[in-house]
Amino acid sequence: MPRPFHPEGAGQLSVTPSESVRRGAERELEMLESLLALGGLVLLRDSVEWEGRSLLKALIKKSAAWLVYHDLFRDPLNWSKTGEALPEGPLGALRAMCRRTNPGPVTIALDSLSWLLLHLPCTTLCQTLHALSHQDSCPGNSTPVEPVHVLGLLHEELHGPGPVGALSSLAQAEVTLSGAMGQASAHILYRRPRQRPTHQTQWFSILPDFSLDLQRGPPLELQRHADPHTPPVDPTTQLTFNLHLSKEEKEAKDSLTLPFQFSSEKQQALLRPGPSQATSRIFYEPDAYDDLDQEDPDDDLDV
Amino acid sequence: MFPELNHLLNTTPDRAEQGKLTLLCDAKTDGSFLVHHFLSFYLKANCKVCFVALIQSFSHYNIVGQKLGVSLTTARERGQLVFLEGLKSSVDVFFRSQEEPHPLQFLREANTGNLQPLFEFVREALKPGDNAEAAWRCPVLLVDDLSVLLSLGVGAVAVLDFIHYCRATVCCELKGNIVTLVHDSGDAEDEENDVLLNGLSHQSHLILRAEGLATGFCRDVHGQVCRGWDLGVLLDSRLLASVPDSRLHVGVLLGLRACLVGAYLQMEVV
Repeated sequence: MPRPFHPEGAGQLSVTPSESVRRGAERELEMLESLLALGGLVLLRDSVEWEGRSLLKALIKKSAAWLVYHDLFRDPLNWSKTGEALPEGPLGALRAMCRRTNPGPVTIALDSLSWLLLHLPCTTLCQTLHALSHQDSCPGNSTPVEPVHVLGLLHEELHGPGPVGALSSLAQAEVTLSGAMGQASAHILYRRPRQRPTHQTQWFSILPDFSLDLQRGPPLELQRHADPHTPPVDPTTQLTFNLHLSKEEKEAKDSLTLPFQFSSEKQQALLRPGPSQATSRIFYEPDAYDDLDQEDPDDDLDV
Repeated sequence: MFPELNHLLNTTPDRAEQGKLTLLCDAKTDGSFLVHHFLSFYLKANCKVCFVALIQSFSHYNIVGQKLGVSLTTARERGQLVFLEGLKSSVDVFFRSQEEPHPLQFLREANTGNLQPLFEFVREALKPGDNAEAAWRCPVLLVDDLSVLLSLGVGAVAVLDFIHYCRATVCCELKGNIVTLVHDSGDAEDEENDVLLNGLSHQSHLILRAEGLATGFCRDVHGQVCRGWDLGVLLDSRLLASVPDSRLHVGVLLGLRACLVGAYLQMEVV
């Protein structure tokens, strides 16, 4: 993604570089930490144009001090039959994570939920995700358990509105990725318990080390409306032929009546045929062999 | 291969990248010239190519390849090219015994389960052999095209699974490349095709899209090729700096489709 463009100009509050960097870092912490603060499912909805894998990696980097990578990429459907793959596939792996033993904070990142949604029924996936993200209510367990964070990446175009809506209703925070003019933006919807849902839109870019670089707003080209810095070019100036009309030609053109245009003069002329009008008449002298039948003058009716 | 396309993609047969999935997509025009380009490109790059050709016959690709400077017959004879001719071998499915699974086994099944036999064929074709074959640079899988599999009754999820396994084996394990063509149905509201196209777009490193011109049919310029990078993979700043967004206007003479006159490509970088 392109380097961020920092606007400096009239009308902006002038801040020293270190201050703006500190404010930027604070806002970065706010955005990522607010996403990770609530337990439960954080749903990242991306599209082909605005991908979300980099943001997922940034969130993983932020939240996890110790990363365990479950390789379900190489053989998810157990085609190789070597015995290395998990017997129940990715669903079995997820269900195994539901029964965890250590009480420490856990973040589970799923890349991607779309793969699971294409291969499993939506209800099974929703039930598993719900069980995964609500492990803190364990009956018979005296020590309080840290909340589980589940980060799921969902490719919006691959699914209908039903499954996407079902997963969205399970999520505590939902991040929809879009953007403009090469700059990505995240529209975040927080569903905190016992509070009204809150919205936030944040423009950002991901740096190569998977840290977040927040922008103040959409890029300037978007804010500046059609700037007429070049006048529209007149195409009739540099031609080898003449497109203009002289005065006489314009008068002749305006006074011309079109042949098939039905004006009132023409209507009067048709209604009152004057003596100067040459009407056409047919003179016919039937001879002895003609048999004029008024009902069948052409003698071609097959009755 | 077309030098202008190489220039646009900033690559040459000597410097071909490895481990990439390239998605070719066409909308309202015929994008098969891209398949011919990549076939000749990788043969010239001295790569071992497995070509799953489901649309045209071997002689068609051979004739066009000769215009582009490669001989498929020679490549096949010396083992550089493994060619699955779908049109011919689909008939074999019905006339052979069922002991060994045929790569196109799904044609025989009423409920097409998955494309695992086809994947096994690809893996067998591209697996590194003994040292005598170590001369080839990297394995390449070329598929022309995936949309016809949907027409033959395979589900979009099964095709995505097939590409997933090919990616795991060819791109990640063997450090090779995959190039595949998918048609964009556009306004035709083909949901399965859309799922396939979007699912592959998310997995691809490079998307080349051949479109017809918005203004309609033109005799000399047949369309335009747009290039899109999957930004999820593109965090290398070197690539970011060298790739401006550009479009090529492409004029392809009817020779590529009729395979008689020859392939002459006029390109104008706008």
